[in-house]
Amino acid sequence: MSQPIQAITMPKWGLAMEEGMVVDWLAEEGSSVEAGQDILEIETTKITNVYEAPAAGTLRRRIVAEGETVPVGALLGLLADPAVADSEIDAFVERFNADFSVKAAEAEAASPKPETVVAGDVSINYLRMGSEGGTPLVLVHGFGGDLNNWLFNQPALAEKHDVVALDLPGHGRSGKEVGRGDAASLTRVLGDFLDAVGIERAHLVGHSLGGAVALLFAMQNPARVAGLTLIAPAGLGPEIDIDFVEGFIAAGRRKEMRDVLAHLVADPELISRDMINDVLKYKRLDGVDRALRRLADSLFPSGRQASLDLDDLAKVSAPIQVIWGAEDRILPASQADSLPERIEVRRLQGVGHMPHMEAAAEVNRLIEAALG
Amino acid sequence: MAKKSYRQALNEAIAQEMRRDPTVIVMGEDNVGGMGAPGEDDAWGGVLGVTKGLMPEFGRERVLDTPISESAFIGAAAGAAATGLRPVAELMFVDFMGVCFDQIYNQAGKFRYMFGGKAVTPLVIRTMYGAGFRAASQHSQCLYPIFTHTPGLKVVLPSSPYEAKGLMTQAIRDDDPVIFLEHKVMYDDEEDVPDEAYTIPFGEANLTREGDAVTIVALGRMVGFANQAADRLEKDGISCTVVDPRTTSPLDEDTILECAEETGRVVVVDEASPRCGMAADIAALIGQNAFDALKAPVRMVTPPHTPVPFAPELEDAYVPSVAKIEAAVRDVAGYSR
Repeated sequence: MSQPIQAITMPKWGLAMEEGMVVDWLAEEGSSVEAGQDILEIETTKITNVYEAPAAGTLRRRIVAEGETVPVGALLGLLADPAVADSEIDAFVERFNADFSVKAAEAEAASPKPETVVAGDVSINYLRMGSEGGTPLVLVHGFGGDLNNWLFNQPALAEKHDVVALDLPGHGRSGKEVGRGDAASLTRVLGDFLDAVGIERAHLVGHSLGGAVALLFAMQNPARVAGLTLIAPAGLGPEIDIDFVEGFIAAGRRKEMRDVLAHLVADPELISRDMINDVLKYKRLDGVDRALRRLADSLFPSGRQASLDLDDLAKVSAPIQVIWGAEDRILPASQADSLPERIEVRRLQGVGHMPHMEAAAEVNRLIEAALG
Repeated sequence: MAKKSYRQALNEAIAQEMRRDPTVIVMGEDNVGGMGAPGEDDAWGGVLGVTKGLMPEFGRERVLDTPISESAFIGAAAGAAATGLRPVAELMFVDFMGVCFDQIYNQAGKFRYMFGGKAVTPLVIRTMYGAGFRAASQHSQCLYPIFTHTPGLKVVLPSSPYEAKGLMTQAIRDDDPVIFLEHKVMYDDEEDVPDEAYTIPFGEANLTREGDAVTIVALGRMVGFANQAADRLEKDGISCTVVDPRTTSPLDEDTILECAEETGRVVVVDEASPRCGMAADIAALIGQNAFDALKAPVRMVTPPHTPVPFAPELEDAYVPSVAKIEAAVRDVAGYSR
């Protein structure tokens, strides 16, 4: 009876990712690793991130060397018990690679594609992936972002859950009409969207502006929310890095945009060329400048945040957790201090305004834990 | 977002602007096609099909077939632009521009200046350029240096379908005459192009690769060749920055100089004839302003100074190739004083 062998394969981070490069192996061949331990650093044209062991075991084989680039799904290495014979490992590798081109083609054909639905009177672009059944997870991005901000979270969470990420109005590939452009109008659209895709109750994960929207939605519709994960949520205090907001709206050139996006993260090296290009492509679309201007004027009048009225927070009985980067330069982590004690606040060291990208594995674990 | 061809991207840009702005009109030889042949409507959509489908949607009043008289219809387009319309005129091959040059460089290009800024000329002249189509020396030239040389004209060289749509939308919305050059062998190139309208500003270069060894400045179709060369060189540890200026007038001098200074080693690739061309122009720009940063002489990869040959073997040898770009980059990368 052979022991199980666990394949480590090149993950797919984001719709556009076709290949990735192994930058660094963080575990030695023959060493034993825990599930969730960082074992690889992988670089795509968009971003570099660590990859965690999918299970506990001994790293029996590193198949791909550091510096090598391979397609999504390719075999990177193997975990197995030391009792598994080398011959079995060899046979596994041979079988895997023989099947790989077929599997890759099938995976490509089956990979989820974004869809659009009309929510109220605006067209909303969204991506749904994962398993049917259970309470869906809905991911809501922040100001100037889009559903691709969840590239490290959605595929990982989708292994066990039904996960929906949407583009807010004025963002990504959704319609560019933002109504009054305040948190209330975006919250209405979120409700219309959930209705349109048939989600009655969800665990909401909101980042920044999306956090304010998720929180407001929960206070208005407590019965529809099974849980809330708020990542550096907006609306909890007046301070905001308005230079980021204004710079983001004004920037039209790569260099300007690179400097603006650097505000978002603790380590500016994370901001890649492709990321800047994607943001510039979005900003060139007709109607985006107007939409962002409208949102900024409503949400951050005179350079201060319009704070949410938290009187209805007591109505939300669902568990709420807050995740904040200790080095957030856009919204200071101290804004979480105003929240009632029952809400657990986790501050991540060495992380800026984008914990779900900068510390994806940790954020994914916290979301998983909240789902029980 | 769907994959679209260079041809579709251009067609979509023009159609969206025609929907948005009733003053946008299209004119040129066989832009509709089939005139005088009963039952044949929208037969051609221009010689390579870019304007196909526009007439059925917008009618013959806004999509005009013209006689084979470039001097007449380009002059008419310039006049229409000066009096309130936004014409997109198609002049089949850039090689034929000679017969209507007065209308372009001395009329359309100068109205703003001759009328003290009171006249604008929002005219787009679309035209095909470049070799590789087995069309011999009268249908294969690049000629954009001539328009770049002429103050008062804007000159656009889209290097991919995404670029083509955004730059065409910008060209139509621009208040100055724009010479919009489409490479005739690129019409079937495909990439992801947004369905929504978007604009790419003029005078802002694009970096398609970023590296620290050598800067390649390439124009139009040569951008794709430069990318291929850069990808091959990367495997040998020579990482290149590839600069696509997008427009030769206005020219993004800042980005070209910054990239030249960062690597100190530059190759300029241009499909146009080498004398008085963009390659020489950009090399001179760098020589004059970034001399202290240079670690090697600027290399130019261009065709020889001859008419485009008709024999396929000679035509292939004439056009700058990926291999020639690669060789030039290796040369520059390995140069030491």
